[in-house]
Amino acid sequence: MSEVRFTDQHEWVRLDGDQATVGITKYAAEQLGDVVFVEVPETGRKLGAGGEAAVVESVKAASEVYSPIAGEVTEGNAALAADPAKVNADPEGEGWFFKLKIADANEFSKLMTEAQYADFVKGL
Amino acid sequence: MRYHPLTNSDRAQMLAKIGAPNIDALFRDVPKEAIVSRAKFDLPDTKGELAVERALTRLSAQSTAAGSVPFFCGAGAYRHHVPAAVDHLIQRSEFLTSYTPYQPEIAQGTLQYLYEFQTQVALLTGMEVANASMYDGSTAAAEAVLMAQRVTRRPKAILSGGVHPHYAETIETVAALQGQVVRAPVTPGEAEDIASMIDDQTACVVVQSPDVFGLIRNLRPIADAAHAKGALLIAVCTEIVSLGLIEPPGVQGADIVAAEGQSIGNGLNFGGPYVGLFATREKFLRQMPGRLSGETVDAEGRRGYVLTLSTREQHIRREKATSNICTNSGLCCLAFTIHLSLLGEEGLTRLARLNHATASSLADRLIEIPGVELVTPSFFNEFTIRLPKPATDVVNQLVEEENIIAGVPAARLMPNDPQAANLLIVAATETTSEDDCTAFADALAGVL
Amino acid sequence: MLNNQGRKTSIEMGAPGSATSTDLPTISGDRGLDHEEGLIFELGRPGMTGVDIPQTLVSDARLGGQRRKSAIGLPGLSEPEVVRHYVRLSRMNYAIDSGLYPLGSCTMKHNPRLNEKMARLPGFADAHPLQPAQTVQGALALISELMRWLTTLTGMHTVAMSPKAGAHGELCGLLAIRAAIEARGETRKRILVPESAHGTNPATAALAGFVVDEVPATADGHVDADALEAKLGPDVAAIMLTNPNTCGLFEPRILEMANAVHAAGAYFYCDGANFNAIAGRVRPGDLGVDAMHINLHKTFSTPHGGGGPGAGPVVFSKALAPFAPLPLLTHDENGFHYLEHRDDLKADKKPFGRMCAFQGQMGMFVRALAYMLSHGADGIRQASEDAVLSANYILASLKDVMSAPFGEGPCMHEALFDDTFLEGTGVTTLDFAKAMIDEGYHPMTMYFPLVVHGAMLIEPTESESKESLDRFIHVLRTLALEAKAGNRTRFEGAPRLAPRRRLDETLAARKPVLRWKEPAPVPVAAAAE
Repeated sequence: MSEVRFTDQHEWVRLDGDQATVGITKYAAEQLGDVVFVEVPETGRKLGAGGEAAVVESVKAASEVYSPIAGEVTEGNAALAADPAKVNADPEGEGWFFKLKIADANEFSKLMTEAQYADFVKGL
Repeated sequence: MRYHPLTNSDRAQMLAKIGAPNIDALFRDVPKEAIVSRAKFDLPDTKGELAVERALTRLSAQSTAAGSVPFFCGAGAYRHHVPAAVDHLIQRSEFLTSYTPYQPEIAQGTLQYLYEFQTQVALLTGMEVANASMYDGSTAAAEAVLMAQRVTRRPKAILSGGVHPHYAETIETVAALQGQVVRAPVTPGEAEDIASMIDDQTACVVVQSPDVFGLIRNLRPIADAAHAKGALLIAVCTEIVSLGLIEPPGVQGADIVAAEGQSIGNGLNFGGPYVGLFATREKFLRQMPGRLSGETVDAEGRRGYVLTLSTREQHIRREKATSNICTNSGLCCLAFTIHLSLLGEEGLTRLARLNHATASSLADRLIEIPGVELVTPSFFNEFTIRLPKPATDVVNQLVEEENIIAGVPAARLMPNDPQAANLLIVAATETTSEDDCTAFADALAGVL
Repeated sequence: MLNNQGRKTSIEMGAPGSATSTDLPTISGDRGLDHEEGLIFELGRPGMTGVDIPQTLVSDARLGGQRRKSAIGLPGLSEPEVVRHYVRLSRMNYAIDSGLYPLGSCTMKHNPRLNEKMARLPGFADAHPLQPAQTVQGALALISELMRWLTTLTGMHTVAMSPKAGAHGELCGLLAIRAAIEARGETRKRILVPESAHGTNPATAALAGFVVDEVPATADGHVDADALEAKLGPDVAAIMLTNPNTCGLFEPRILEMANAVHAAGAYFYCDGANFNAIAGRVRPGDLGVDAMHINLHKTFSTPHGGGGPGAGPVVFSKALAPFAPLPLLTHDENGFHYLEHRDDLKADKKPFGRMCAFQGQMGMFVRALAYMLSHGADGIRQASEDAVLSANYILASLKDVMSAPFGEGPCMHEALFDDTFLEGTGVTTLDFAKAMIDEGYHPMTMYFPLVVHGAMLIEPTESESKESLDRFIHVLRTLALEAKAGNRTRFEGAPRLAPRRRLDETLAARKPVLRWKEPAPVPVAAAAE
């Protein structure tokens, strides 16, 4: 059973065993506007919690995407290079950015639940 | 005052609307001690056009225009003939007094000519993509080095000894902050062995062709050597008309081209404003600094142009920008584009041939003079000769006695290089007449 | 006597759709004086040229084996075709000469034509940067005189003339600061930059090798001086402030901040983009500034040229003067000349390097000096007063219908509004701006500074008549009232009347097409069928 958690940098993480999938939330995608370019990390890269993992660009803004948990990149979403619009179309599904093999599942449980994130966004 | 449309009556009405008693009230946030009276400025009062014209015309008359004497200076700036239509067109209000095209719907004129400029630069240099210009060739070269350091994630830039010393100094000033700049020593008139200096810390090799002495360099073997070690080749060119006759850097394997476009459309202007050309491979596009005009469509499906990939730039990326550059060379780009449109393939080709033929024939005449040797066996429109005496003294004598401006003494650019003392860098373009060459040759024979 | 031939002398007004209405599609696709225009690459013909140059035979002997082997691919056009092409392009541009350009922070003032004439005088335009000094005394004297005006107006010690633009000037200033700190034997890595700063400030700081530390703004639009002072420490190299700031306000605690910065051993860099508000009335030198770039293309009227060229000379305090970059203009018994190499300098001069080839944007120097001589110190002071007056007039005339976050007190030369007044209308700052285009105005600066939401920064400059300002105010008032009344007609899908409707910037960024390419040839077999 996979669970999804959220960060205050508007990333989501879905955990299946020790495999985490990371992307940006619907809110973030809407704020950015039409995504025109995504740079995902290469396989094998080691990321610390809060480390810069990827870059997402729209016409009017560019944003770093941080890794919510420490781990090693197992796959970057290559489909985003050809079709960055996926991030707007399905940010919390097909618009995923990268997958990580994580070391410590505790870091995951420290993140916001869906309800907590929804409250967080309301307060912005 | 002729440039201020507001009358005193207007000002009074406006103050009334604002509710301020006088203009000083609007400056109330300025500390009293910082407000300065007019008397404090030791500067004159308003002058009418006539008075200003008189003052500046007098200064202009105390400066020798290159076109008024036999003239042979190059070394990074070249005197070419710019057709009359160019200057008329760039003075059209809508080109001269418009701003950066941030509102594309009312700036298609600017955006389209930038797109044409980008295409012309890519075609001339044989590269895949070009930007909408940098300030000049020297800053373009510095930005190219920074870009190479970013792309390769390596610190070292190796500069050929044939790179214009001003360009080398500009690169050192900026690129040394992010890494290390090494200058290869060179014998004027020869190509140094730069390939053997490339190692796995090298981000790029920077080679100028034709070089500062005028020598045409073979870039292909240097490109291959650089690529074999994972480094980039940056090709610098200070006389862009040369590409009308010589193989372009793109064909020879250059990864980035940083060039000075002044020769086309833009006069000497005592050093500026000029126009920096910057071109690279498509795969490095996102690391390229500077403005870009891109094709798109509008809401009615019509083709149009917009500034694009702006997220590389300072107004969005701020401290993560590829560069801090905010302007381009605007009107100088336009002058370049219009002049090159007038020349076309046929015109540029003929212009380049005429330049080389003029310079070559002048070189032949000068080396007939006993004691004068040609240092650069190959060249485009600029070559270096070795004189039997210091070139600086010869140039000064020719100015004072013959009113001839005989070229740039190499010592002006490299005063500490003992090889340079007797070297004179001589340029000849389509504006150099037979009579100029005769006067020069006769006068030079006379002073040696 | 009666002329029963020829045309009627009265006109018929047409109903829409009738033969005399303006909605009829044209045969050509052009409409009256509005012409569509393709690319030069689509117009040329091989072998055609607009410049007559004789044919010359050239041997390979001196080309080093590098003779060009393939064609370049440039189109060929005659002079009439080139002229028509660029004239048509020009007519698709808005310009200061055509209308008010309210761009905050850009100072779109009138570009005097005298400046263009003076810049083309042969002693300046046709002088080579490396000519022997004795042949260019007039050009050097001009530069020297401009330097005198710049240091006198700013109350500073020296000025570096070589930077080619404002951002280039910022880099020059920061590199001088870096050199001064190194000369003291210190290492300071941090630069404090307000969050309201123009993007070039943090970009330049990063380029110069510093780490940027942002200083917040207070609720009344000023730099938070307390926060700034708290951030000072032995690792701070400098602050970069814009004054008046990007919200259009003079920083009231500027002297206090400057003193605190100096006491902490740091330097004060001032972004001179807004100098037009105070020129002739306030000297940055009196405010404790150590380095300030001056945008000649803003304050001193050199033309914006569709994006450039600019010029950004940097004035320096006595403390930073020794570090000014090469070349240095000097005067001795032989007249003016440049010192271009470190070895030529006395020990007190320690330039940090060179910003670019040669000596700077002479073409812009001539224009700026012509402007200064025309205005005089009294005219420059008047210009700044009229600029500030006009901005305040706009603020006072619109703040009841548009929202001015700092509208309580006077502004300087620019007035800042935000999108609070558009809340709930469904109209954004962008929509508002695009509707202005249909009204014949270039929009104001939008979404900058970032410290307010949906910023609209209006800078009229001193070049507008009161009638022009009143017309502008009337249009903005009406647009604001219509938006607030829920009348979205003018905003939806704006602009409609410009040469192009809104352009797809997303497409341009997702699939960048940055040059024309020769189209692939059509297969012959298909054509033959």
